[in-house]
Amino acid sequence: MMTQTLVTETPAAWKDGKRGLWMMGVLWPALPLISAALALSTGMGLFWWLTPVVIYGVLPLLDRLVGEDRVNAPESAVAALENDRYYRLATFLFIPVQYICVIGGAWLAVSGGLPALDILGLAVSVGLVSGAGINTAHELGHKRENLERWLARITLAPAMYGHFYVEHNRGHHVRVATPEDPASSRLGESFYAFWPRSVWGSLTSAWHLEKVRLERQGKSVWNWRNDNLQSWAMTLVLFGGLALWLGPIVLPFLIFQGFIGFSLLEVVNYLEHYGLVRQKEASGRYERCKPEHSWNSNHTVTNLMLYHLQRHSDHHANPMRRYQALRHFEQAPQLPSGYAGMIVVAMIPPLWRSLMDKRVLAHYQGDVTRANIHPPVREKILAKYGAAQPQTLEA
Amino acid sequence: MDRYECNGCSYVYDESRGDIHNGYPAGTLFSALPDDWCCPDCAVREKPDFVKLEETAA
Repeated sequence: MMTQTLVTETPAAWKDGKRGLWMMGVLWPALPLISAALALSTGMGLFWWLTPVVIYGVLPLLDRLVGEDRVNAPESAVAALENDRYYRLATFLFIPVQYICVIGGAWLAVSGGLPALDILGLAVSVGLVSGAGINTAHELGHKRENLERWLARITLAPAMYGHFYVEHNRGHHVRVATPEDPASSRLGESFYAFWPRSVWGSLTSAWHLEKVRLERQGKSVWNWRNDNLQSWAMTLVLFGGLALWLGPIVLPFLIFQGFIGFSLLEVVNYLEHYGLVRQKEASGRYERCKPEHSWNSNHTVTNLMLYHLQRHSDHHANPMRRYQALRHFEQAPQLPSGYAGMIVVAMIPPLWRSLMDKRVLAHYQGDVTRANIHPPVREKILAKYGAAQPQTLEA
Repeated sequence: MDRYECNGCSYVYDESRGDIHNGYPAGTLFSALPDDWCCPDCAVREKPDFVKLEETAA
């Protein structure tokens, strides 16, 4: 295990110990290529399942073995760190490997003569890459530079989630950790209740945001300048091109892997703000988003695979920071494992509740009324944690 | 025409330029932006958080 003490290093000659390791992000989209090479060269069908086994099994184990990294760059080193273009390259390189994976996967599924079970393993694997693509797009889409913003949308296309580009920055970040946000999960809400609420809520919110923006410009929502329509068009071009080349038979493969991809995003959304809420101030505004409003994880291995996405508390408090500069905060609530392990837990609701509800409660010093509670189970939760509200009792 | 800076991410709203992408034409006064307007870059800071910049001599 690595040291778990908070280290803030001195500015002089500070070096990022993880600099070279950030290329590990490119390993994720390479996994299905490695698995295909192993399966085709050995003839062993099990290798088609290597990608989910690595993500759901090996990564959580490595997180446990390698442990946490709480090092923060000194503030004086941040400008140089953010301007170092190497870190940008580490995100850009994800994209060609991702596209080789989607296009190669589609070709193999249609023309590889594989049995159905192997194609299923391949589709799940490609889907997990499309899901990780949303993470890469997330890092790129927060930036001011046009190149990065365009690459974000290209990276979203295989997961059929182009509207994420609109909804994440202008919807989710504005309403994060409030009952109004479809992508902030609530105490007592299972992943399976959250999934449809977040998928539908994010889609309708993205549409509404663009409608309002274009109306202010005096344009209709049905305009090619609609960022949702532009981003979805990229998916249409990609899927349409592959269907022209390989035949329409490729479409079920593409749609299924896209479903796996955006579902991976949604399970990650589920664990990022579970039960956390910003309190309303006297002015009627929600308190400003602080590190306390997102679950954080310092687990080294998954952080390296996901461009520090798990330093989520700092990301939401300071969304313009580049991934390499995101910090650990002591006051942020901490997940017991990295995302790879936690997404497996999230898919098993009783296990999730037993692991996480007590952490939400501890974060609010036992006062469950300060949490974001799922309305359908509100009474049950209040009764269970001994905080039935007076007005509820009087009613 | 005044300029207002986000006290979180340093985005500057310049009244003479407006924010055309978001539908606020050049010349839109800061005071004319909606009350629930927030920083278009970071989305963390809101209208009351913005700081008016002192104009420097041209």
